[in-house]
Order: sequence, then structure tokens, then C-alpha cells
Amino acid sequence: MNYDKLLNQKIQGIRPSGIRKFFDILEEMTGAISLGIGEPDFVTPWHIRDAGISSLERGHTKYTSNAGMLQLRREISAYLLRRFDLRYDPAGQILVTVGGSEGIDLAMRTLLDPGDEVVVPVPSFVCYGPLAEMAGAVPVYVELQAENGFRLTPEQLRAAVTPRTKLLVLPFPSNPTGGIMERPDLEAVAEVLRETEILVLSDEIYAELTYGQRHVSMANLTDMYERTVVVNGFSKSHAMTGWRMGYVCAPRPIVAAMTKLHQFGIMSAPTTSQYAAVEAMRNGDGDIEHMREEYDSRRRYLVERLNRMGLPCFEPKGAFYVFPDIRSAGLDSETFCERFLREEKVAVIPGGAFGPGGEGFVRACYASSMRDLAEAMTRLDRFLTSLRRK
Amino acid sequence: MNDILKLLEQDCTMPRDQLAAAAGKPVEEVDAAIKKLEEDQIVLGYQAIIDWDRVCPDKVTALIEVNVTPQSENGFDRIAERIYQYDEVESMYLMSGAYDLTVIISGRTLRQVAQFVGERLAPIPGVTGTATHFILKKYKEKHLVFRPQEPEEREYIFV
Repeated sequence: MNYDKLLNQKIQGIRPSGIRKFFDILEEMTGAISLGIGEPDFVTPWHIRDAGISSLERGHTKYTSNAGMLQLRREISAYLLRRFDLRYDPAGQILVTVGGSEGIDLAMRTLLDPGDEVVVPVPSFVCYGPLAEMAGAVPVYVELQAENGFRLTPEQLRAAVTPRTKLLVLPFPSNPTGGIMERPDLEAVAEVLRETEILVLSDEIYAELTYGQRHVSMANLTDMYERTVVVNGFSKSHAMTGWRMGYVCAPRPIVAAMTKLHQFGIMSAPTTSQYAAVEAMRNGDGDIEHMREEYDSRRRYLVERLNRMGLPCFEPKGAFYVFPDIRSAGLDSETFCERFLREEKVAVIPGGAFGPGGEGFVRACYASSMRDLAEAMTRLDRFLTSLRRK
Repeated sequence: MNDILKLLEQDCTMPRDQLAAAAGKPVEEVDAAIKKLEEDQIVLGYQAIIDWDRVCPDKVTALIEVNVTPQSENGFDRIAERIYQYDEVESMYLMSGAYDLTVIISGRTLRQVAQFVGERLAPIPGVTGTATHFILKKYKEKHLVFRPQEPEEREYIFV
């Protein structure tokens, strides 16, 4: 069989991530410290795990409604109002998905037609471009700048918009930069959008992890609500990555269309996870605060250490990543990461993996123990000193 | 102040620069605060939490319920003092409810603990009764679980 001929042309056009090779090296190593994976180091709080277990004991093992259990949608609705002042009707405006990732995929496939353009700010998480392409659309990358705090500026957006632009992705708080968009930043971008019919896909998976200010959603801006699809989930806020629990909120016609696709592709999100998620929404706000305080301590520590060793680092305001500028080391980001891993056994991710604009930077995730972070910084300092000596 | 205490309680071996960064304060300020906390005896000491079962399997710990007759002027404190000054007493609490004092002691052997109760504790004037419960297994202490972590085999994914 000639699979090159048989496989879908678009999927063949998508390059596999170069990060795999780092993980292959890492998996073979002993004594390595990985700051490579964007995942909370906390285990899901026990009361949430217990709720999942109890649901199994009670025999709740069947499908739920396609959109997700109504009681979960009600809890999500109450949570969004309580935490972010967002109003979504549990009946018709909330769809429970398999992680935030499914929500992004659904939104792309529901909103995009072949030839549509999707504005994707980069560096950002790697899924937006490929998913847009699979939906037949064309990603248009906008390179965010460290000197702007990795925010999307209205000028950059205006320059990227064409008559074919259908969708703007807003991935804030940002993986990998830790950048956020505050209300005035969103207002400025909204000013550009108002002249158009461009929709917004707001990936808010890190919304609970902001330091110093609460997250503001594009959907908080009154006249932007009707054009915004909010994607969120439990993975980062409640340390529930393996449960695969996300949700998407939007105006009714959009959610109805996404639910059609979801019912054919997924049926319903895992039932056990939905029961656990109900508990997370009802009694999990304290867990969020606790974890955020922990991340904040680590964030301050890391930024301080990086600055002390002379590595310029934009101060991240959200998520759990630092994104230092490593250009002074005289290596491209991939070589830097590979040598750092081989010579000092610490895994960080080359910024180039997050799209154009990420080159010259590396991403380190601080969802690791303080002890590991301290050791990783000591090794980084040693690595930089050895590079500078040569 | 409370954030420094919380950080110390979590891990008092954390180097000062890490502690300071975690607390969001300059190192000098944190040093001074800790010195003051020690002087004021708010921080009483720093100890390790040890899984002794894996080192000395015969070592025993007992929780003793003690009933006492409080003294007219000093209440429970005087009699408590007479008990907790024994080195064998690890921890001790005044309780509400069915009995008055919880005394936690540990010894090298069962006999040693029994001897302590029979020969030292019970004869103290004012002690009217004791009930000794031997601790069979420690599951958790100070938020730490007594179970070596199983190494997790996992493959990394790009997130």
C-alpha cells in the first residue's frame, strides 16, 4: 500500500513536533529534571477524586447527555459567573468536552470554511494552526513581542486582517510566554474587531492562574460576547489533566452546531470525570487558590534566579511558564535545549516549537517542586557559565 | 509573617534565598523575621519527620488517655507539667470529652512503654486512670504520608 497516496493530504502536510526527540532522550535519563511538560505537579485534590470513585461505586457508568450532565453545566454556569462574571445558560450555551483541546477542535471545525483565515498569535500552544488547517482554513501567524509583554496589539491585528479573516484566536493567559491581556488590551483589540465580523476563539484554560490581577475574558466586553467562543477546562485550574474535562461556552447557535459535531465524534465526555468535575465546581475554589499561591511563589523565585544569572526574562503574569530570552548564550533555542539536556540533564522546551516568534527563547514550566526548580536553576547557571567561558 | 511561617512549616530546610523569593520579600527581611519568630518562641524548633518503622521495626509508640483530678489553683497545668517533663513523652494535649490528657510516648520496646505507664505515669498524684493504645501503623503525620512513592513510569507528551 502506498500510504502517502492514501492518507489525507492535509494531515500529511502537518509536521510532527520536534519535541518528541527531547522526550526520547529524557525518558532514557536518570537524575533528569523535566521542566518540559505543561502540567500541574499536584495530584487532583482528594475530594474530587473521591467524587469520581463514588460515582463508580453508585454505578454511574453510562453515557450522559451529549452536552454533558445538566447538573455539571449548571455548576459550570455558576462558577463562571462567580469567578469571571461571565453569564452562560446551562441549557444551550455550555458544552462539556473532552479537555479544552476538543473544544478548540470543535470551534475550528464549526466556524471555519475552506479558505477562511485564522489569526493565530505566536508563540502559543501548538494546536491552533494544525487544527485550523484540518478545518480547511489558513492560519495567519502574528508574532508577539517580548517588549509588548507578549500581548496582541491592535496594530498587529489590523495588519493581519484581510477580507478572508474569519477567526481570531486569543490564547491568554499564554502558554508558553505567561503573557496576559488585561481589559484595556482587550478593548483595543475589540476596537479593531468591531469594524469586522471576525469571531474570537478565546482559549482561557489558564484563566485561574493569573498573578496580581484577575483574568478578563473577551466575552466580558459587552459587545464582544456575541462573537466570542470561550474554551476552558479543569486540567490546569484543578490539576485534572488526566480526567480530560473541558467545556466551551458561546452564543446558542454556535454551541448547537458544536454539539452536533461532538455527538457524532465523541457522544459524551467521560461520565466519571463529569461527576468529579461537579465536585470540583462545587467545592474546589479553595484548591485553586492554594495551587495558585504555590505557583506564584515558584514564579517569583524563578524570575529572580533567571534575572540574577543575567538571562533576560519577561515577568510572566499568568499560566505556569517562564520564557527567558537565551539569545545571549549564542545558540539557537533547539541547540540550547538539546545541549542543556545532555550536559546538565534538565529539560526545557525550545521557543521555536511554539511557532515563529518563539525562536531565541526557551520555555520552562514551574509546576514542579521548589527543590527541583532550585536544582534546575543551579544547573542552568553552570551551563550558562560554561557557554560564556568558551 | 504568616506566609513565612507557612513556608517554614512546609519545608524548613529551604535555603533562605528560595524562601525569600517564595515569600516575595528580600532575604534580609526574611532573616530578620525568622530571627524574631525564634526569639519569641513562635518557632520552637526544627525537626525531621522520620519513618522509624523502616529503621527500628520494634520501636513502639503509644497514645495514652489519662484522667486526672485538676488542682484547685493551677487546674490541669501543674499535673500536666509533671507528666510532660519526662523525656519519653513526645506530645501531650489537654482534651475535651471523655478523658483529660492525651499523652503520646514512644519507647524501644512494648515493655518499656508499659513500664513507663505503670511506674511513672499512673502513680503521679492526681492521675486517676489511664488507657494505653498502641499505635500499630503510622499512615500520615504533618501532611506527610508514610509510604515510599512508587516510581511513576510515564511517557512524556508535549503540552
